[in-house]
Amino acid sequence: METTDGDGYLLQAEDIVKRFGDFTANGSVTLSLRAGEIHALLGENGAGKSTLVKILYGALQPTAGRLRWRGETITVPDPGAARQLGIAMVFQHFSLFDALTVVENIALAVPGPFDLRSLAERVERISAEYGLPLEPTALVADLPVGVRQRIEVVRCLLQEPRLLIMDEPTAVLTPQEAQQLFVTLKRLAEEGRAVLYISHRLEEVRELCHRATILRQGRVVAEVDPGSETAASLARLMVGADVHSVNAETPGPAGPATLTIAGLSLAAVKPFGVSLRDISLEVRSGEVTAVAGVAGNGQAELFEALSGERLAPTPQSIVIAGQPCGTRDITERRRLGAAFVPEERLGHSAVPGFRLSENVLLTRHASGDDLVNTGFINGSRTRALAARVAKRFDVRFSRRDQEAGALSGGNLQKFVVGRELDRNPRVLVINQPTWGVDAGAAALIRQALVDRARDGAAVLVISQDLDEIFQIADRIAVISRGALSDTFPADAIDRERVGMLMAGALETDGTPQQDVWA
Amino acid sequence: MSALEAVLLTIITASTPLLLAAVGELVTERSGVLNLGVEGMMIMGAVTGFAAAYTTGSAAVGVMAAIGTGIAMALLFAFLTQTLAANQMATGLALTLFGIGLSGLVGKPFTGLPGVKLGAVHVPGLSGLPLVGPVLFGQDLLVYASVAITVFVAWMFSRTRLGLVIRAVGTNHHSAHALGYDVAAVRYGCIAFGGACAGLAGGYLSLVYTPQWIENMTAGRGWIALALVVFATWSPNRVAVGAYLFGAVWIMGLYAQGIGVTIPPQFLASLPYLVTIGALLAISGNRILTKVNTPACIGQTFVPDR
Amino acid sequence: MGVRLVLEKRPERSRAMQVASPLLAVALTVLFGSILFAARGFDPLHANYVYFIGPLTTLWSVEELIVKATPLVLIGAGLAICFRADLWNIGAEGQLIAGALAGASIPILAPHWDSALAIPAMLLLGMLGGMAWAAVPALLRNRFGANEILTSLMLVYVAQYLLDWLVRGPWRDPQGFNFPKSIGFNDWHLLTTFGDGRVHLGAVFAVIAVIVLAVFMSRTLLGFEIKVRGEAPRAGGFGGFSQAGTTWLCFGISGALAGLAGICEVAGPVGQLQPTISPGYGFTAIIVAFLGRLNPLGALLGGLVLAICYLGGEAAQVELSISEKTAQVFQGMLLFFILTCDTLIRCRVRLEWATRNPSRQRQFIGLEGGASRTADAGGAAQ
Repeated sequence: METTDGDGYLLQAEDIVKRFGDFTANGSVTLSLRAGEIHALLGENGAGKSTLVKILYGALQPTAGRLRWRGETITVPDPGAARQLGIAMVFQHFSLFDALTVVENIALAVPGPFDLRSLAERVERISAEYGLPLEPTALVADLPVGVRQRIEVVRCLLQEPRLLIMDEPTAVLTPQEAQQLFVTLKRLAEEGRAVLYISHRLEEVRELCHRATILRQGRVVAEVDPGSETAASLARLMVGADVHSVNAETPGPAGPATLTIAGLSLAAVKPFGVSLRDISLEVRSGEVTAVAGVAGNGQAELFEALSGERLAPTPQSIVIAGQPCGTRDITERRRLGAAFVPEERLGHSAVPGFRLSENVLLTRHASGDDLVNTGFINGSRTRALAARVAKRFDVRFSRRDQEAGALSGGNLQKFVVGRELDRNPRVLVINQPTWGVDAGAAALIRQALVDRARDGAAVLVISQDLDEIFQIADRIAVISRGALSDTFPADAIDRERVGMLMAGALETDGTPQQDVWA
Repeated sequence: MSALEAVLLTIITASTPLLLAAVGELVTERSGVLNLGVEGMMIMGAVTGFAAAYTTGSAAVGVMAAIGTGIAMALLFAFLTQTLAANQMATGLALTLFGIGLSGLVGKPFTGLPGVKLGAVHVPGLSGLPLVGPVLFGQDLLVYASVAITVFVAWMFSRTRLGLVIRAVGTNHHSAHALGYDVAAVRYGCIAFGGACAGLAGGYLSLVYTPQWIENMTAGRGWIALALVVFATWSPNRVAVGAYLFGAVWIMGLYAQGIGVTIPPQFLASLPYLVTIGALLAISGNRILTKVNTPACIGQTFVPDR
Repeated sequence: MGVRLVLEKRPERSRAMQVASPLLAVALTVLFGSILFAARGFDPLHANYVYFIGPLTTLWSVEELIVKATPLVLIGAGLAICFRADLWNIGAEGQLIAGALAGASIPILAPHWDSALAIPAMLLLGMLGGMAWAAVPALLRNRFGANEILTSLMLVYVAQYLLDWLVRGPWRDPQGFNFPKSIGFNDWHLLTTFGDGRVHLGAVFAVIAVIVLAVFMSRTLLGFEIKVRGEAPRAGGFGGFSQAGTTWLCFGISGALAGLAGICEVAGPVGQLQPTISPGYGFTAIIVAFLGRLNPLGALLGGLVLAICYLGGEAAQVELSISEKTAQVFQGMLLFFILTCDTLIRCRVRLEWATRNPSRQRQFIGLEGGASRTADAGGAAQ
């Protein structure tokens, strides 16, 4: 306990330890926050950032260690207590209720008498004051991601917080929206509030934050002034080694279009889904083509249409290797040499309760590997294939042929990507390839995607991570509200322009789309 | 009393247990829990309600016993599904199987005994009115209670913080937990409320409707109540409409026989079950309506990280 | 000071617990039953002996055990597959009746057709009848998205009334003194029996069905599809498996087996149609499936255990003069304990003694309109 009850410290977390069973998420973490500062909490996926902030917010209880609030030792038994102290939090995956209205969502976090009408007025006042426009009676499900985050921020501001915790707030924003958010955060700091800012985007941390605490494997490895560091030096601190950069040297001339989408329109089937509107795209062999976009703009729907999990109305709208495929199912598309990796690992690309050898069967049962003979499964072949994939793609597990759900995010993603790449597919469609994955696994996966393209495959990457896209893509298109922009060579478009397209300034045929949410 | 009055009266009596059980289950389901044990809670309510009333000679004691039994059964379900994170479908089935078995055991000595009927309450001045008088103002207390509970539930969901919290927990338990709501506690409460209503519905059968203890006397009404909740797409007002419609169907069979329709009685008796299937089809066909209104977390187990 | 149960998700399902949990559940049921027996003034050891051991001590009762276990195993194995796929067919009782009716049409409508083909035709009709009854919820689910739990259950009542109508109406034995019964089946329409004449061919079918389904589930791609659908339906779609297809398959298999159980009952122990042909086998089989951990081989053991429960209930009625209804109570209790113990497969459970500082606790109360209280104040102190 070397930190005395320091003057000016708003919140001190001292020697916080959190264990889940045998796993130590936080091993003695110490963190101090001053009023009026924007403090970055940096670390890889799995470094223990989320666990730490959940402890600060009362959503988890520490195994050991203590918290001080303005010098006084406290416990935070639950988030309600945290809010009463003046700690507010914006969650990475949000804590909103789709089926409720904006004001109902806010009411759930604001104490006091239950009067939605006067609360709606307060919401409008605060949101006008901070330049965060909100329609209190709108249904959250109908709102785009950027607006949803605004709800969370306004919900926090209504509580007059002294400390605002933001978990990966820009992961879902366009660059322009992120800039707007920074303006708000700086203003909050000037008002004397503290902001704890969790991110792994180093450039924005350098731009925004006054101090940075860096976590690695559940421990604090450094506390630095981010302004005097470079992105590379911060990355080294986070990862503990030099991060391998992806080698994506300019290819030779691209081959023919092996995956073609032509005028694909699909109405939404889910209550709050996005409709695809007249999407056209050519993915050439030898190249990585990326579809950028803010989450929830039709990426999942596009993926399902391409994979064949949802069929298109006409065969010609999706052509794989020269074959019209719009009305063929996923197995037939796989037989044509196409492979797919969806965004969600647990429950979509893999069955969590199944072993790896069984998960191999999920996508490879009909792709010419003789895993199935006259309806019977060949167990030794599936195990051998799982082992081969694990070896080739450096999948680490504590026991041979583990259940998929027991693997870490990075290891499981290496496995499901490896399972498809192992087939040497002619066409690969992958949605959010490195979402929630550690830097080592991300680098390996990105390199593997580029390598596959250079070996002659047409690779389509759907991603909301612009860093990733600019690292590996040869050509870029942007999806917004279910419509796709033109495709641009990666070196002919910059982040600002991509950001504008992500925000919906569509440039297809020069006809700007109407802002349906305005 | 005119024939029409008599028919309407019987329809209301036949509908009341359905309404009670369905409104209770609606609250449970709105909090994200599917309790398939309605039939079991109901039949246990019926037998304990009858037994308590018979033993003490007081119908009021019977009603209390029915409610208490329903709550006890529901808490058993809550303990398994909320505290022990057991599968909700299977646990609900277990509750029904257990309830039917136990009610047979408990009710054995009471079979065939004359019951204690809960009397009707006549609203002075109003119950004398033609037609509406006896139908609306000459019913027993539980009929009024069932209407009051329905109105209360509708008001709670549209106007109160408690209602909002229940809806929130049912739509997204992760978010509710992140905001600091005790998901399990909210659900315990809603499950218990559902149990109280189901127990009361059972008690109504053995204290008013029949009034006797007959083995398996609920005859699938608990299941029909479950179907009613789906049919009403989780709206208390539509549950009421649905319950009275189903009560009418139930009574129709009896009256059809009475006026000499020559359809075999078994066919008329299976009418409510066939109509239930039809109602489910009619509502499920409208997938958007059902999906938008379905509590998104229904039937899912929630174990928070700690 | 308060004690609370705390669940901790295991990273992987415990393999030891997968074997231990059904055994533990049976043990807990017996223990709990002993307490109940003792509370009612019986010597628990003696009562348990009468209930659970007695049925195994004489050849007669072992044969009776097999007779009771036959339909339970047949239906339970089929339901295990449905539940594995997260399809809740709880209308097996109705499918059993439908199978019995379809199969019984031959001995009732063509009582003089004495041919080697008669029995196979009856069995086939029985399976088709069960299948047809199960196809209704499958169709309604696939076409309209209607909840199969409710539709399959409603059809039980419909089947019961249909049976009731037939035995009181068109299929009533004209020489039966107006009793609601069909004619007794002729010898050539009764199943081959073994031993002293009660164990019938159905027992053989049950064993065959269990073995075939066990291989089917563990070795074939279709079995794999069924398991994927239950664990992760979206992954099933991604794997290229059809949801509607698995629904048909699971309801088809379980319906056929329930129908087979039905025709085997009426062409076996019952020997005719009457208003009640099953003491709720279709519902008890739900417990069989769960006790067998939704594994067809497990259903074989589960069926035997539940059959003991039936016999024990009868024995207890005779020897201890307690109601045969105790059997159903035991069955319900058993299912509760199975579900409780299954939690141990997925989670570690421990008791936590939460010490709280009341004065500190108070300052946080009253924030959420009373709805939010995580009882976790002293989580740090374990």
